[in-house]
Amino acid sequence: MNSELKHLLGIKGLGKEQVLALLDSADQFVDVNKRAVKKVPALRGKTIVNMFFEASTRTRMSFELAGKRLSADVINFGASSSSTSKGESLIDTALTIQSMSPDVVVMRHPASGACKLVADHLPETSVVNAGDGLHEHPTQALLDALCIRRKLGTLENLSVSFVGDALRSRVVRSNIYLLKLFGCRVRLVAPPTLAVTEFEGMGAEVFPDMKRGIEGADVVVSLRMKHEYQKDIYIPSLEEYSRLYCITEDRLRDYAPDCMVLAPGPIIRGTEIASDVADGPRSHIEEQVELGVAVRMAVLFLLATGADNKGRDSSSESGIKELVANEQ
Amino acid sequence: MSGEGKKFDRSVWTELMDAEQVDRSITRIAHEILENNKGGKKLAIVGIRTRGETLGQRIVSKIKEIDGVEIPFGVVDITLYRDDLGQGADQPVVQGTSIPFHVDDHKIVLVDDVLFTGRTIRAALDAIIDFGRPQAVQLAVLCDRGHRELPIRADYVGKNIPTEREQFVRVHLEDHDEEEGVFIHKSGK
Repeated sequence: MNSELKHLLGIKGLGKEQVLALLDSADQFVDVNKRAVKKVPALRGKTIVNMFFEASTRTRMSFELAGKRLSADVINFGASSSSTSKGESLIDTALTIQSMSPDVVVMRHPASGACKLVADHLPETSVVNAGDGLHEHPTQALLDALCIRRKLGTLENLSVSFVGDALRSRVVRSNIYLLKLFGCRVRLVAPPTLAVTEFEGMGAEVFPDMKRGIEGADVVVSLRMKHEYQKDIYIPSLEEYSRLYCITEDRLRDYAPDCMVLAPGPIIRGTEIASDVADGPRSHIEEQVELGVAVRMAVLFLLATGADNKGRDSSSESGIKELVANEQ
Repeated sequence: MSGEGKKFDRSVWTELMDAEQVDRSITRIAHEILENNKGGKKLAIVGIRTRGETLGQRIVSKIKEIDGVEIPFGVVDITLYRDDLGQGADQPVVQGTSIPFHVDDHKIVLVDDVLFTGRTIRAALDAIIDFGRPQAVQLAVLCDRGHRELPIRADYVGKNIPTEREQFVRVHLEDHDEEEGVFIHKSGK
């Protein structure tokens, strides 16, 4: 039922059916993660390498846990402690890793397109993009979608608003591609410097004020203000930003009383989201972390057991059953 | 997955059991399960997806008819436990396992449609053991076609079917297929 997928480099290029198949599979892994024994032998003997060229705690941990719960051997490779800091090129690093025969490489990199570059140089290995520059972060969009679907029952024709630093968010880009597959209305709310018209070309609407940006939304997603880039001066000050764009319970009650709230994290309380929202009943922020592991298990399982992985063995019952099905 | 949604060309298949025979077999298996276990106490049925689930449910309702007891019922999906992951022609689809009772306290009767190499049963045993330590596990199948590749045998068998290794056997059940019965492919391949 799934068409073959060798890499997961982005949501762009995926079809609706592929997204739904991944979410259905992730739903099953949510159940596995609730068992007393949270480990299944599905990827026994497979090797997964986490290559993180950019600081990350939760995404790396989430991928690591996902791999381990599927019984794969997981190796972590951090840029700061590696040959990259000695001047090795990305392609040379990738080729070195390739000679250790991993089945899947999970990769985060500050440069957009870095995962694609590595994928093109590793014919034997599946590559999962765990965030590349300002390009995409597909597993985050998938887990957001899973969270929304589990709460609202559907992804079709929803109204989803993203509040905050869209410009420097690869999460929002992956989310727009995904939500647009399901006919959702996507609004971005931020100062004009951070929600640029680039996004209108992707099918999103851009608003500089909270009221028009979130009115009647089913889902409000808080995007982190990237303090570390504040030297770029996209906004006069974080205090001013917070006065105009902080997601508070008062604003949600007035403009989007029935909305659920997501945040890819980490969240900065008081700047982009108020504590009464983050800790309140609308917030699904903690659930997102839990679902993240399940989504990554689904992605790793799909890629590491893909149909184009090696030959076929018809000796098992299921193999025979499939042969019968094909023969008809 | 034995070809749901695909056309079933009746002329190339020989019927080995019809719907009535399937039903009689299930009735007999239900009686045997109760006899062997001296009633339904501490008993639970677990069906292997997809047709084992249907057969398992039928055994549960037969036992209720016979003995008046409602036996706990669960379903295992063996996808994550298969020994041929990454070797098959199709992308495996995880369908989910649901065992809504304490495995530790129960004698479990595992149910499947066809017993062949035994590899599915091996996978199902591993899946169940991840939920706890059952008192015992027994196996019930609608048909046993031989050609085992593992030291596994069934405790309850609907019908033994002598087959060639390469032959195809199909079990059709009302809930999944148009007509109910057990069929073998005429070509022998």
